[in-house]
Amino acid sequence: MRSRRRDGSVGRSRLWLRDLVSEATAGLLARPSRTALTVLGTVLGISALVATLGLARTAGSQIVGQFDALQATSVTVENRTEGFFGSGPQISRIPWDAEARLVRLNGVVAAGTITRVDTGGELVRSVPINDPLGQSEFAVDVYAASPGLFDAIGATLTTGRFFDDGHDTRRDPVAVLGPGAARRLNITRVDQQPAIFVGDTTLVVVGIIDDVRREPVLLDAVVIPEGTARRLFGLTAPAKVAIRTELGAARLIGGQAAVALAPNEPAELRVVVPPEPRAVQEAVESDVNTLFLVLGAVALLVGAIGIANVTLVSVLERVGEIGLRRAVGAARRHIAAQFLAESAAMGLIGGIVGASLGVLVVVAVSATQQWTPVLDLRVPLAAPLVGAVIGLVAGLYPSWRAASLEPVDALRGGA
Amino acid sequence: MTPVVELDGVRRTYRGPPPVEAVRDATLRVDEGDYVAVVGPSGSGKSTLLSVIGCLDRPTSGRYRLTGIDVGDLSDGELAALRGRRVGFVFQAFHLLQHRSALENVEVGLLYNRTPRKRRRWMAREALERVGLGHRLEFPPRHLSGGEQQRVAIARAIAPRPSLLLCDEPTGNLDSKTSEAILGLFDELQADGLTLMVVTHDPQVSRHAHRVVEIVDGIVSEAS
Ligand SMILES: Nc1ncnc2c1ncn2[C@@H]1O[C@H](COP(=O)(O)OP(=O)(O)OP(=O)(O)O)[C@@H](O)[C@H]1O
Ligand SMILES: [Mg+2]
Repeated sequence: MRSRRRDGSVGRSRLWLRDLVSEATAGLLARPSRTALTVLGTVLGISALVATLGLARTAGSQIVGQFDALQATSVTVENRTEGFFGSGPQISRIPWDAEARLVRLNGVVAAGTITRVDTGGELVRSVPINDPLGQSEFAVDVYAASPGLFDAIGATLTTGRFFDDGHDTRRDPVAVLGPGAARRLNITRVDQQPAIFVGDTTLVVVGIIDDVRREPVLLDAVVIPEGTARRLFGLTAPAKVAIRTELGAARLIGGQAAVALAPNEPAELRVVVPPEPRAVQEAVESDVNTLFLVLGAVALLVGAIGIANVTLVSVLERVGEIGLRRAVGAARRHIAAQFLAESAAMGLIGGIVGASLGVLVVVAVSATQQWTPVLDLRVPLAAPLVGAVIGLVAGLYPSWRAASLEPVDALRGGA
Repeated sequence: MTPVVELDGVRRTYRGPPPVEAVRDATLRVDEGDYVAVVGPSGSGKSTLLSVIGCLDRPTSGRYRLTGIDVGDLSDGELAALRGRRVGFVFQAFHLLQHRSALENVEVGLLYNRTPRKRRRWMAREALERVGLGHRLEFPPRHLSGGEQQRVAIARAIAPRPSLLLCDEPTGNLDSKTSEAILGLFDELQADGLTLMVVTHDPQVSRHAHRVVEIVDGIVSEAS
């Protein structure tokens, strides 16, 4: 009678997906508190994982945030021996043409030298010494700079201009004032070419600085071209070089600067480069991560065992139901599918609730720390999927047990 | 006309140890519209025989044809499909899902045999009305009396319009008045053309049947 199979009078049983979902839902809702408690383990595991990944990311990006672009592109070069010899004369390894040498390097945006000028204790004033208006002498620092320094330290102007290569080579007696110095000397405009006096030396003010991103000493100083400082104050050598690099080139330039400046004795120069931001972020992430990822994984494992255990108990309790379903036409695969669907649904719910909790934790902790929460969106989106897969795996053994029951035994076994 | 049930030298031996010959060399023919009572002492093999006839179990040897289909040729899955469509079961322990309504319980009887969802609802309601429970559709089993619960189980069994209704001690858990009502329902179903086989200890039940088959120690014989 094999032909009867082909003419469709026997055929196969089937269970539509929609019916599978509603049977599984009904199965879970039949014991709501047990389902909720079972899901709890997965919730804890998933939320621990999501919170850990989110907080690590958030903390990491906080630290990275402290390295603004200018900081991350700043390189400084000084004489290594500076300071050990006190104020006495010393040999500087930094050449006069430092700026030109550095700007030639690929990756350098701007470079300039900066040196404190020894004026022999002369005070600075803005009017002739015997002016009847009275008090006008101040102890203001004088710094010599190469023209490129302003760009290298991100200086901006309130008024006027910076001095340039022309002033430097001609050794013109010009000066740019820091905002603090300008206020003390009572100079607010430069269109009348105001003069200041350092002892007997007259300087014409060509510009007033608004702000600088590095070398804040200049905010309260008189800045003159290096050439001028050599002529008027006998400057012997530049003391320090400030370099601004392209983003990401700081380490590279840091390695090349010393050789470019002092090819014969690069070791005599001390090069300061910013730490690599990525290295910082990764260090923080891996530190925080390892511990909590392990904890989260353990919680997930416990959650999976919980689901497996409860599903197995549920199979044993529902032996009669399994027998009945087999009697009304369910094939083994339909029984397996139902218990798998129930365990996967528990994992899925655990994943959804856990992901939501984890995100809440990230937001709450960030709020108390005044951080900006940063979260890879893929993490909370993948969490329900991870939960469902865990539930599915946890349900494999119980549903295999359910499916392998013989219908007669199952009907005899359960009421 | 093809018989509904055709047993030809059927044996069912439980492997043990020790092996139990629960049904020995049974030959039996049940035609459409028959109402057969299966009687015999406890442990004589009545439930085993019914399981084989209902395709819940396979004969160890011999040939069994249900509505002309030889079950020996069928895979496990096909056997499930066959009983899902052709056989309705009523058990002593009603086997109702406690957390589902009467209507949903009857729908489970149609869940696996390719009946579309809407039609399932409709057929389930019709079956419940047929057993006199049209006013209890949304009741969960715990709010129904024993007789009503057994009626839900009968509705679940007849909803797919099977060729054969198999009942194992259907009145075993019921008092005699309730039993009589259930037996009256069986009479009606039989009058509508359904084929019935009822396993029972109860002479009250076998009085309703048209034929009585007796099993003693696994040996099947027709009583006259
Ligand atoms: N799975 C099994 N393994 C071994 N022996 C079994 C198994 N199922 C039933 N038997 C044995 O087969 C015999 C027939 O059992 P069956 O359940 O068919 O009897 P029954 O006539 O329905 O009895 P009752 O009237 O008490 O329900 C019994 O002796 C029983 O112990
Ligand atoms: Mg029995």
